[in-house]
Amino acid sequence: MCRAGFKVIFMVSKVDNEKCLRCGGCVSVCPVDCLLLDEVEGIAVDAKKCTSCGICVDFCPVGAFSIKKED
Amino acid sequence: MLFKNEYDVVIAGAGPGGAAAARKCAEGGLSVLLLEKRQEIGAPKRCGEGLGLSFVNHLGFKGNEGFVTNMVDNACLVAPNGKEIMAEFPDDKGCILERKLFDKALCYKAAEAGAKIIAKAKVIDVLKENGKITGIKAKIDGKTIEIKSKIVIAADGVESKIARMAGLDTKNRAQDIDSGFQYEMAGIELKDSNRIYLYFGNDIAPRGYIWIFPKGKTVANVGIGIAGNRKKTAKEYLDEWIETQPKIKKGSIIEVNSGGIPVGGLLKKMTLDNFMVVGDAAHQVNPLHGGGIDEATVAGEISAKIAIKAIKKGDTSDKTLKEYNDLWWKTRGKDLEKIEKYRNLVEKLTDEDMNILAGAVSGTELLDFAVGKGETLVKILMKNPKLFKLARHLI
Ligand SMILES: Cc1cc2nc3c(=O)[nH]c(=O)nc-3n(C[C@H](O)[C@H](O)[C@H](O)COP(=O)(O)OP(=O)(O)OC[C@H]3O[C@@H](n4cnc5c(N)ncnc54)[C@H](O)[C@@H]3O)c2cc1C
Ligand code: SF4
Ligand code: SF4
Repeated sequence: MCRAGFKVIFMVSKVDNEKCLRCGGCVSVCPVDCLLLDEVEGIAVDAKKCTSCGICVDFCPVGAFSIKKED
Repeated sequence: MLFKNEYDVVIAGAGPGGAAAARKCAEGGLSVLLLEKRQEIGAPKRCGEGLGLSFVNHLGFKGNEGFVTNMVDNACLVAPNGKEIMAEFPDDKGCILERKLFDKALCYKAAEAGAKIIAKAKVIDVLKENGKITGIKAKIDGKTIEIKSKIVIAADGVESKIARMAGLDTKNRAQDIDSGFQYEMAGIELKDSNRIYLYFGNDIAPRGYIWIFPKGKTVANVGIGIAGNRKKTAKEYLDEWIETQPKIKKGSIIEVNSGGIPVGGLLKKMTLDNFMVVGDAAHQVNPLHGGGIDEATVAGEISAKIAIKAIKKGDTSDKTLKEYNDLWWKTRGKDLEKIEKYRNLVEKLTDEDMNILAGAVSGTELLDFAVGKGETLVKILMKNPKLFKLARHLI
């Protein structure tokens, strides 16, 4: 809850690693450097850094990203 | 132990850029360690696998090696209205590679020259003393290991983090990276298996093209590269197009690939004290056709030349390594910068412009244009009233 009493909902990008092809392209476009590629696991998002700008969503060739509410 | 804890040069990433740098450094008498995070070098590919035969020769291969799956003699460029323009490759044939085997062959050459290569070894950080790079930290066999070196070369591809860790700003602007997707397909029907096909049009591939690179009579890489910020994903565009091509659609999917193609944002600064960056990691790709195997390799070779010189001199400071920057800009950067300007123009073409263009120019002129030799094309455009405004952008 913020001061005015509104609930602040943080949006972050989420990856579907079942779809991800581990190509690493998104890592190079994220402006705040919050994506990490693991050859096996796929993409991990650093939710603390993500600004939910959506650039990775636009870029991903297979549409593995979506912007969702933070858990 | 498999490797030492100190080398003249440590290279991160065993793609064409890293392998070329490793080979040349080792041939020049340096001790070299090349680390690759993947468990198998070259796989999975992020590539349409097209490379000129003369470049394959430049690397010391004849072109009859196992990694050359097929040779192509010409290209067919298809305009949005379906008009086909044929372009013979003037003095070169094209090779369609098996990238996995090709990347390994480059590493075999580097290892033969004396470089030490380790797969499944991920560079996770750079070591610094007094703000200067003194080596790397890597994860090898589950252990974190520090390795010292006089020079670190980052050849870690499009997902590069190492140059950023070192202190260079190599982030890609979203508009400077194309979104690529590809199927390797078998059991398809090709009109001519010694020809590559390139399809243009803002409806099928906005700011880019669809390619068919044949690897055999019934096998081909069928892919697409487009600007990222579109309504649909690269995969969706390609799937929709394949739906309209019965001879492709009937085939099977053998491999699925995707990738980012840095088609702009050339770096003015690619060196620091004890540090250089090459290849996709430095955005060294042809901004029009997206080919980067040759560019990464050339940059790797230049960086090695300067590394050898610097280490012999005993001075690996930025002042000395900067010569890589200067030499690369002189030999490749200028051309690529010009091609980047062409790209900015091509991006603005409407389908109608493309159709007019297809009726006015030859395939050879278009191929010349794609490698930075746009002068003849400009002359033709200047003569055509409808295309005059395009020509003005090119001068
Ligand atoms: C869809 C698509 C189609 C393409 N088609 C063509 C084509 O037909 N012809 C052409 O010439 N070019 C093509 N390209 C471009 C070409 O593939 C690249 O330009 C080329 O591979 C660049 O070589 P590189 O050595 O710089 O990087 P890469 O080949 O990407 O190699 C980088 C290596 O570094 C490794 N690495 C990354 N991080 C680390 C780390 N932290 N530690 C250790 N290792 C690490 C990676 O695993 C990788 O193996 C295409 C690209 C795409 C995406
Ligand atoms: S761009 Fe998409 S497919 Fe490629 S690594 Fe990122 S999430 Fe995976
Ligand atoms: S939404 Fe923006 S900040 Fe968040 S991961 Fe994607 S590109 Fe990075």
